Amino acid sequence: MFAEFVPLFIMIVLALGLAFTLLKAAEILGPSRPNKIKRTPYESGMDPVGSARERYSVKFYLVAMIFIVFDVEVVFMYPWAVSFQDFIDGGAFLGVMTVVTIFSVILMVGLLYDIKKGGLDFEK
Amino acid sequence: MELARAFSTMAADLPAIFSMIVVSVVGLVMLTVAAFRSDHPSIPWLGVAGMVVASAWELFQLGTEPGTAFFGAIRVGGYAAFINLLVLLAGIATTILSVPYLHRLKHDYGEVYALLMYATVGMILLGSSNSMVSIFVGLETMSVCLYVLAGLIREDEGAVEAALKYFLLGAFSTGFFLYGIALMYGATGTMYLPAMAQADLATAGGTLLFWAGVALFLIGFLFKVSAAPFHMWTPDVYQGSPTPLTGYMSTASKAAAFGSLILVLYYALPAERWTLVLAVVAVITMVVGNVMALSQANVKRMLAYSSIAHAGYILVALAAGTEAAFAGALFYLLVYTVMNIGAFGVMALLEWDGREGRVQTLDSLAGIGTDRPVLGVTMVVFMFSLTGFPPFGGFFGKYAVFAPAVDAGLTWLVLIGVLMSAVSGYYYLRVVYVFWMQDRDDVVDARQASLGGLPPVSRTSQGVLVVCAVGLVAMAFFSGGLIEAATGFFDASAMAAAGGGG
Amino acid sequence: MDSELLVRLILLLPLFGAVVNGLGPLFVEQMRTREGWIGTLGTAVVVVPFALTAYLFATFDGTPVVVDFFTWMEAGDLSLQFSYLVDELSLIMTLVVTGVGGVIHLYSTGYMHGDSGYWRFFAYLNLFIFAMLNLVLANNLPVLFLGWEGVGLCSYLLIGFWYTDLSNSAAANKAFIVNRIGDFAFLMAMFLLFSQLGSLDFDVLLAEGPQLSQDVLNWTVLLLFIGATGKSAQIPLFVWLPDAMAGPTPVSALIHAATMVTSGLYLLARMSELVLAAEIVMAVIAIVGALTAIMAATIAITQNDIKKVLAYSTVSQLGYMFMAAGVGAFFVSIFHVLTHAFFKGCLFLGSGSVIHSMEHVEHELEAEGHDVSDFDPQDMRTMGGLQQYMPSTGWTYFIATLAISGIPLLAGFFSKDEILFKAFEYGFVGGANYAWFVWGVGVITAALTAFYMARSYYLTFLGEPRWPDADTVHAHESSASMTIPLWILAGGSAVTGYLGLPAVIADGKLNWIHHYLGADYGGPVAEPSLAGHVPLALEWGLIGLSSGIAVGVFLYARSAYLATGVAFDETLSARFGGLYQTWSDTYYWDDFYDNVVVDSLINGLARRGLAPFDGRVVDGIVNGVAGAAQVGSGLLRRLQTGVVQNYALALVLGVVLVIGLMVFGG
Repeated sequence: MFAEFVPLFIMIVLALGLAFTLLKAAEILGPSRPNKIKRTPYESGMDPVGSARERYSVKFYLVAMIFIVFDVEVVFMYPWAVSFQDFIDGGAFLGVMTVVTIFSVILMVGLLYDIKKGGLDFEK
Repeated sequence: MELARAFSTMAADLPAIFSMIVVSVVGLVMLTVAAFRSDHPSIPWLGVAGMVVASAWELFQLGTEPGTAFFGAIRVGGYAAFINLLVLLAGIATTILSVPYLHRLKHDYGEVYALLMYATVGMILLGSSNSMVSIFVGLETMSVCLYVLAGLIREDEGAVEAALKYFLLGAFSTGFFLYGIALMYGATGTMYLPAMAQADLATAGGTLLFWAGVALFLIGFLFKVSAAPFHMWTPDVYQGSPTPLTGYMSTASKAAAFGSLILVLYYALPAERWTLVLAVVAVITMVVGNVMALSQANVKRMLAYSSIAHAGYILVALAAGTEAAFAGALFYLLVYTVMNIGAFGVMALLEWDGREGRVQTLDSLAGIGTDRPVLGVTMVVFMFSLTGFPPFGGFFGKYAVFAPAVDAGLTWLVLIGVLMSAVSGYYYLRVVYVFWMQDRDDVVDARQASLGGLPPVSRTSQGVLVVCAVGLVAMAFFSGGLIEAATGFFDASAMAAAGGGG
Repeated sequence: MDSELLVRLILLLPLFGAVVNGLGPLFVEQMRTREGWIGTLGTAVVVVPFALTAYLFATFDGTPVVVDFFTWMEAGDLSLQFSYLVDELSLIMTLVVTGVGGVIHLYSTGYMHGDSGYWRFFAYLNLFIFAMLNLVLANNLPVLFLGWEGVGLCSYLLIGFWYTDLSNSAAANKAFIVNRIGDFAFLMAMFLLFSQLGSLDFDVLLAEGPQLSQDVLNWTVLLLFIGATGKSAQIPLFVWLPDAMAGPTPVSALIHAATMVTSGLYLLARMSELVLAAEIVMAVIAIVGALTAIMAATIAITQNDIKKVLAYSTVSQLGYMFMAAGVGAFFVSIFHVLTHAFFKGCLFLGSGSVIHSMEHVEHELEAEGHDVSDFDPQDMRTMGGLQQYMPSTGWTYFIATLAISGIPLLAGFFSKDEILFKAFEYGFVGGANYAWFVWGVGVITAALTAFYMARSYYLTFLGEPRWPDADTVHAHESSASMTIPLWILAGGSAVTGYLGLPAVIADGKLNWIHHYLGADYGGPVAEPSLAGHVPLALEWGLIGLSSGIAVGVFLYARSAYLATGVAFDETLSARFGGLYQTWSDTYYWDDFYDNVVVDSLINGLARRGLAPFDGRVVDGIVNGVAGAAQVGSGLLRRLQTGVVQNYALALVLGVVLVIGLMVFGG
């Protein structure tokens, strides 16, 4: 029972250790020339303190939405990738490739549409 | 080897979703074209062509034996083909009617037509689904597209309000719907409709779980078909949406939802515990729809309430629950689709005075029949048919839903239905009265409206309307054969084929 | 060829014509003036079915063919099928409808030339043919009734064709309303039959109908007959037919002489099994027919409008046909329908030709500066001497006149003589007393017929022209598209009688129509079984009597009207005094209807009695309900707040309701 969770613990320890190590390494190795903007919690982002009634470019939300949409879509590929080997072993290589191709093409059409409509032009 | 066989089965099943494939691929092409030039004039006609191909295919599927495909997820055969054909024809008519309308409003984006295609795909899936998963996917595909379409004219606050209300309440009802599916799955351990009927609900807890699930599940459908008291969104949304698209929402989405609901009732819930629920909802729906329609001054809003009332008539047939009643409901859906698309189509052509359909009053259309006789005459046909006057399809449709309900012992329900359709005569015929028997110069609103000239004429739109009107008369003559054919979808072999899947 | 396909074509071609001729020009104004196309199509869709029917007729082997189109609707026991029946009776009627109809269509291409409603006219006419074919080909009463109503509608549309003249619209309304009374009786008969037999198909009705109780049978047949009196213009519902002459003349010929008005006879012949079983009603039919025949014939003597004469003559001849039906000789009534279609069609078309040419005279007179406001192109008193100007019209009119008068060896002689003989036989052999009365009235009517027809011919075509400036203003013969149909119909008036040679010749073996239709020979029309025969010598005597009367009276009228012209009417009037006045006032039927029905019933009872009831009580209730609904609507409206939270709340309440009902109510 306990033995099953050993890899998980190792994973947690590694992750925490790595994060800690990297942050400390950056602080020690990098030059430290702080200014006001650099010290904000979200650099180039919104100010978490102060009036919440500020105007933002709608592009923020647009990009965020596009990101989420494509992100979620791509998640669908995980189960596909995991079982890919099984399909090949089962002799269904052609089938499984067809399915993912159709999926990708539909995603591509979406991307094409997005690009042509200027959804990714932040400056416009 | 299992997997290989699975793929080859699926490849062999592809014809079962032929129309879905055609419509979605054409929709993607349309979107691609729209990416380069949004108002390219070929986009709507691409969509029409795609849907014509799909409906031709479905036409040939009408006579086929019922069965399932994709491991029981999809239902094929005459029934599915009938619903799909209905949805596709509604889509074709709507696309053609939308072209001049959206052009006039300068909202003729290609995306609109592409979304219409995707909504159609959702409806086709909904109408031919055999498992809860496909029902849900179809319902949501349809709904999400319709939310967007409702808010198409985004400069108009009414449209934005409509879209937001539709979306919020739709999401709310979807929650119930999903919860219902979860409970039903929990009680039966299956997602497939026929298997659900055969599941063993031995324990009392299981039974309660199942029927509570059914209740929640039904709510999702009742919301989509705008049955009272789940109808509150309907008037606002129908009034705020672009008029031809309102026609589409009020017909195709209802046809698909009702088609799917009939499948569920017929295959998954044969024990008629739901009769009382549907009967009560039908009464509330008919009363609320008809009574509220009486006091509307705006034709679109009146038609919205009228569509609520018509959902009530169909629910009468569903409450009866016999095969004849289901067949009658199918025929009614056909008639209702044609006449309602027609009525909204006429109204779409009559929004010329710069005021949107949302604020236009019926009075401002006084005497319009003499100026635009084609619109006037077809509107008369639609109104008489909606009322249920004998030479038109509407009468035979009402007959087809009411008669089996009487046979099933729901005479009290039919009595209310008949009384309510008598009430409906008042507001439908008022439109006829205003269109033809009032003089424009006698009505202030109409005089103001006519300052901007007469409504423009669109030959293609008028052609669609004339086809709808002629179709209503033809349906009256062929009602016997059509109902007979619809009854054939439910014959004994259909029940046998229902064993497949799961 | 497949006979089912043929029947479909026969039925649907006229409908096609009606749709194309009606809708095309309605939407595309340029098409309205394409008379050539419209007329050709309109005529072709009647002539082609005639050819197809002729083929069916020639290849018909005696087994009835039933053609099912589709199921219209099913409701419980009632199944309405669009089902058609081809047998001897429907074939003969179809031949008459399409044959005479085709000829009249051809005539109309000339007659209606230049009329702004040319397309409308042909659309209506084709629609009429379609409805009439439904009537005669139907295999059950509902489809027959559909055709029955259809021809009524077309008749209404065509009587009021020139609707800008108010009197035409009034005539159309009269025809429509009077016919409703008959249609109501017909419907009641249908309900009665359905409630008793559970079916309205002819095979069931004819097989099981005669076994019904005598009361039911009597009522059914009486109601059917009342239905027939409306459409076929018998006492008391005949008043619409003379007024119906307001329509264009081809309409009078086709609908109000040759085809539609005979549908009552067709109905009785089709239902002959039932009619024969109701003897009392048969007496009613025969007596009503006889009274109508003699009444209309006496009125016809006094009329001066050429079309009115023919209209009353039609009523009279229809009475003759009902006489035949009333003595059980249904095949003879159909025989008379057939011959009558030819000679009356010819007479009406001839009168149309005359009217055309008199209108021409009127225009010329107007051009010469005469005051023509009193000039009536249909008044025989202003005609005369037209034979020299329009020989074709004159000769054909003459042949048809001889035929209808019963001059030997022409069509009317055979059919009319057969009717009289059958009436005589029914009294002599069958022992029915009313048959003697019917026979007597028939003989007198035959004499009157010869008289008024001779009068109409000689006043119109011979003597001196009586219009002003007759030496300079001439009439003209009509175009070939009008005279060719006249000659075709005149030919038919001469020869169609030989289809039913009387029993004195070869013991009746050459009576083709009897052999074709009669149930004794396997046909669809039932006959009474009579023991014994009328002696041969007596038969010859009867034939001699009727030919003698016809020829004698005809010659008398000829000499009278040739000698004194219009003035002879004065002599008649003086001789018959008050009787003549009664005739020319059409027995005060219209006054009766105006005073009793319209004034006392409708104006008196309805306006003084029912209208206040309707206004106060019924409207009160209706308005009350409407008001309550409006109030309820207003109250419900408050729930529709527009606030989305409230909508969601309503939804939740609905959820509670549905779950409650589902979990606890099931």
